[in-house]
Amino acid sequence: MSKARLATMWLDGCSGCHMSFLDMDELLLEVLGKADIVYGAFVDAKEFPEGVDVTLVEGAVGSSEDLRKLKMARERSRVLVAFGDCAVTGNVPSLRNPIGPKAVLESVYLEKPAVNPQIPSQLVPELLEEDLPIHAWVPVDLYLTGCPPSAARIYDCVKRLLDGEPPEAVSEAVAFKFG
Amino acid sequence: MSEVRTLQIDGKDVAARSDQTILSAAQDNEIGIPTLCHLEGLSDVGACRLCVVEVEGTPKLLPSCTTRVEEGMKITTTSERLVAYRRKMIEMFFVERNHICAVCVANNHCELQDLATRLGVDHFDLPLMHPKLPVDATHERFAIDHNRCILCTRCVRVCDEVEQAHTWDVAGRGAESLIVSDLGTPWGSSTTCTSCGKCVQVCPTGALFEKGRSVAEPKARRPYLPYLVRVAEREQ
Repeated sequence: MSKARLATMWLDGCSGCHMSFLDMDELLLEVLGKADIVYGAFVDAKEFPEGVDVTLVEGAVGSSEDLRKLKMARERSRVLVAFGDCAVTGNVPSLRNPIGPKAVLESVYLEKPAVNPQIPSQLVPELLEEDLPIHAWVPVDLYLTGCPPSAARIYDCVKRLLDGEPPEAVSEAVAFKFG
Repeated sequence: MSEVRTLQIDGKDVAARSDQTILSAAQDNEIGIPTLCHLEGLSDVGACRLCVVEVEGTPKLLPSCTTRVEEGMKITTTSERLVAYRRKMIEMFFVERNHICAVCVANNHCELQDLATRLGVDHFDLPLMHPKLPVDATHERFAIDHNRCILCTRCVRVCDEVEQAHTWDVAGRGAESLIVSDLGTPWGSSTTCTSCGKCVQVCPTGALFEKGRSVAEPKARRPYLPYLVRVAEREQ
């Protein structure tokens, strides 16, 4: 049997969910026995490949670049998982929403002492008006909550998905918790 | 004087006093109905609607905490429809204000968070409102963060009914409502607050909390040390 294709994606989040994935420790060997990781922060792949079975998306959608990457992941993945509270609810990155991107940029780049105070406009992606959960933009198959989700729960979900369980069944079988 | 009423809850024959609510009769018979604004020891106001039940012959859902039992009632406490409504209510609490569990003082000790887990709410389909809300930290020992408030009014009731100070009240309408102290003046300058802290103890979320407990806040009380050393020396 050929191995499944697993990908991860890191958008507007702290990478804590990726760290929690690594906390699976020896169970990683079992996961890697079932699937190859074909894209994400754990591997050196430049482009998101076609035909991915399961993609874990960490982080909210805060910039135009986040949105471009998310849409590509959705197009090329069979199962898309909102991986952690930022992807599920917006969580900490969404704290900026009540004040708006303009006030945030001015506070960080202009109001604080800086050598050359200016709001960056080149090479960095534009901030979207609001930092939103990924299902505000694309359909999501499974919501894996937690800040971060525990390694045990990540393992439980990933294993079930790689074993071919439908996401709805995984959602029913596993208990989820915000925070 | 109260009389005995016989009724059915989830197909089970139960007897209750005529002055009991459906919730209280259900609890006496170990039938669990989810609640949020209800708290043993306080009056019931039916603010959160989480405890709604179906009563045969009534198309409306009724809050079990404020509906009295009646002879022959046939009550359903759990159905697909009720679960769907309860999930939607939890979702509405979350999207109406800024409930960021990960950075909340009540994380892992929150009734709203627990209910979301219990009822299987793992995301919100409704759009998040992200309102800009104030935090009043003018009181010496406590603070109120309106971002986490679900307007259950437990604080208003405990302050009025138990402490009898009536410092808290509700101002505004609908989603714009705010819990206010002394007609909307800063909590720290309240002339009615006795600083008893009962409101903090009954808050189901992280809206009312004690200062000095969250990240980077606790202060060590080192001045005690010389005293302890002196006592220890004297005892030797």
